[in-house]
Amino acid sequence: MTDKQAILEFKDIHVEVEGKEVVKGVSLAIYPGEIHAIMGKNGSGKSSLSNALMGHPAYTITKGEACLKGQSILEMEADERSRAGLFLAFQYPLAIPGVTVANFMRASLKAHRGADADMSDFRKLFKAAMADLSVDQSFATRYINEGFSGGEKKRIEILQMSMLNPTMALLDETDSGLDIDALKIVSKGINKHQSDTNGVLMVTHYQRLLNYIKPDHVHVMMDGRFVKSGGPELALKLEDSGYEWLNEEKTGV
Amino acid sequence: MSESLKKQNRELSKLNEDYATKYGFHDPVDYFHKGAKGVNHEVVEMISKMKKEPKWMSEIRHDALEVFYKKEMPQWGNNEILKEIDFDDIYYFMKPIEAKKDDWDDVPEYIKKTFDKLGIPEAEKKFLGGVSAQYESEVVYHSMQEDLEKLGIIFLDMDSALREYPEIVREHFGTVIPSTDNKFAALNTAVWSGGSFIYVPKGIDVGIPLQAYFRINAENMGQFERTLIIADEGAKLHYIEGCTAPVYSTNSLHTAVVELKALDDAYIRYTTIQNWSRNIYNLVTKRASAYKNSTIEWVDGNLGSRLTMKYPCVQLLGEGAKGEILSVAFAGIDQHQDAGAKMIHAAPNTSSRITSKSISKDNGRATYRGMIKIHKNATNAKVSVECDALLIGENARSDTYPTMEIDNEQVRVEHEARVSKVAEEQLFYLTSRGLTEDEARLLIVNGFMEPFTKELPLEYAVELNRLIELEMEGSIG
Repeated sequence: MTDKQAILEFKDIHVEVEGKEVVKGVSLAIYPGEIHAIMGKNGSGKSSLSNALMGHPAYTITKGEACLKGQSILEMEADERSRAGLFLAFQYPLAIPGVTVANFMRASLKAHRGADADMSDFRKLFKAAMADLSVDQSFATRYINEGFSGGEKKRIEILQMSMLNPTMALLDETDSGLDIDALKIVSKGINKHQSDTNGVLMVTHYQRLLNYIKPDHVHVMMDGRFVKSGGPELALKLEDSGYEWLNEEKTGV
Repeated sequence: MSESLKKQNRELSKLNEDYATKYGFHDPVDYFHKGAKGVNHEVVEMISKMKKEPKWMSEIRHDALEVFYKKEMPQWGNNEILKEIDFDDIYYFMKPIEAKKDDWDDVPEYIKKTFDKLGIPEAEKKFLGGVSAQYESEVVYHSMQEDLEKLGIIFLDMDSALREYPEIVREHFGTVIPSTDNKFAALNTAVWSGGSFIYVPKGIDVGIPLQAYFRINAENMGQFERTLIIADEGAKLHYIEGCTAPVYSTNSLHTAVVELKALDDAYIRYTTIQNWSRNIYNLVTKRASAYKNSTIEWVDGNLGSRLTMKYPCVQLLGEGAKGEILSVAFAGIDQHQDAGAKMIHAAPNTSSRITSKSISKDNGRATYRGMIKIHKNATNAKVSVECDALLIGENARSDTYPTMEIDNEQVRVEHEARVSKVAEEQLFYLTSRGLTEDEARLLIVNGFMEPFTKELPLEYAVELNRLIELEMEGSIG
């Protein structure tokens, strides 16, 4: 495993938001075919980490390094990171009034393929991806995320992921706001996307998504740091016992 | 096309060629460059004579000139910019073709570049650049004209209409917008030239949109064009004018008057997209009268110019009449788009809807100025107003001045106004999908405009999106 090049590797990442340090030195390497999960309570810094890795201008990485397939990404703009193969499924996807899902999707795919790329297969790919995620065809002409339910938004995020087919997907609280049926559909989409050449990093508060998507590694984040890493059994323990025992472990009480 | 009409058209195209000898101006170039700036009764008389107009029209012109002299400049809009207008430094009629021939070099470089980027054909470029008065689209125009004539539809430039159908013109001219309405309407009435005239007989539905584009050769883009459109009872028509390419003119004042009349059960949609070069003061009066159960729709897009003041109006005069105004304005560097809408409810069960969208970029300023008037007898009137402003950049400015005068209690009025910025979060969302920041911003702007563009015929929508793209790149000017 260590012979292979990590898909995403970051070392000692520190993130500041509005002058406040919210991520205080985290490191991780994700290898091809792996699914990692970062779990933690609200405010632990896990969403800040994923936003910072994607290049959100409000999240400044003040220290550390991050590489995508061996290439440093910290000097790249968000769009360059995207075209290099990084994807972030948003916790709160934004509405863009007047821009249909189809136009949004076409513009994204075109950005990835290049300005002169042939887009004649777009409709076919788009329809197939919608069918896979049980997204009604009528969504194609709706304005992206405008008036969508929480579950619909998350499904459209996964739809985007499946069309852009990133080598490294960051999924920020993709399970929040989903009912059980939507959770199953979304999980199916993520599992279908996952292959032995790409990686997935899920950020979640709850364990329930992990019933459907089996992570290889689970990391617990508290107060901007990883405090514990382990296998899938760690997620189950968190489900049973909550996060408090980690606090005690951390402080050595 | 009738023989007489052909003859008229030939005469019209000759009009500019030989009037100099006819009217004793031996050196037209000299005359126009040295002596003919400014407006007075002599100039008005000459315009009227040149066009061989009936006496009644000549009288209307002279009376209007008196009104123009007496009327104050508007006290609203942008007084600072209005003050820049020097009425004595402006030519009040079309320059002769001879004077235009070699002016291509004088057309500003940014305009030429825009033509190239929009892929405008050479002949059209010269027309739009104000260099040529002719655009070779006569064949298309003439074959369409024959089909329209069979249905009794009149679609001419205003000058020809006055010659061929003086009675219809006389009956309606100035009845929707009298010359006393405002200083600029008075000026237009005194010196008007060109513009469109349309009459659709009772019960006729003009299936295809009537496009001024097809008769560009007939001077439809004069500085002081006058348009009059009448839909007789139950008639339906859609008129489209303008184009997305910037129209350049050395004359800096564009003052048009557009009058629409929809008689009982008639339907008129009037679509305009105008993109004036940055030296133009664009001061246009547009008003429609809607009679019983008729519908008027203004679809109005404003780009370019130094200052635009334009407030399309619908007077809902008959019971059950409907009015709709959908407008979009783009204010770029040093531009002020003072645009809006007016709805006058003067009959029961009338309804109106105003949707105004503006984009201000750099130090551009967009103003929505609206007026809703509900008269005492307009019981059950319904009004909906939605104003949406998008600001791009820290110095962009948007203002909203809605006025409502409501004299009847049984009405329903909804008003919504929103000002938004292109949000950092939206940009991040789009860039995280691989779009560059410029592409992302453009997609957001196009989305913002979508309620407008989706009302346009496809080719116009595509052109408009392309133009917005150029504006957003900052590559125009």
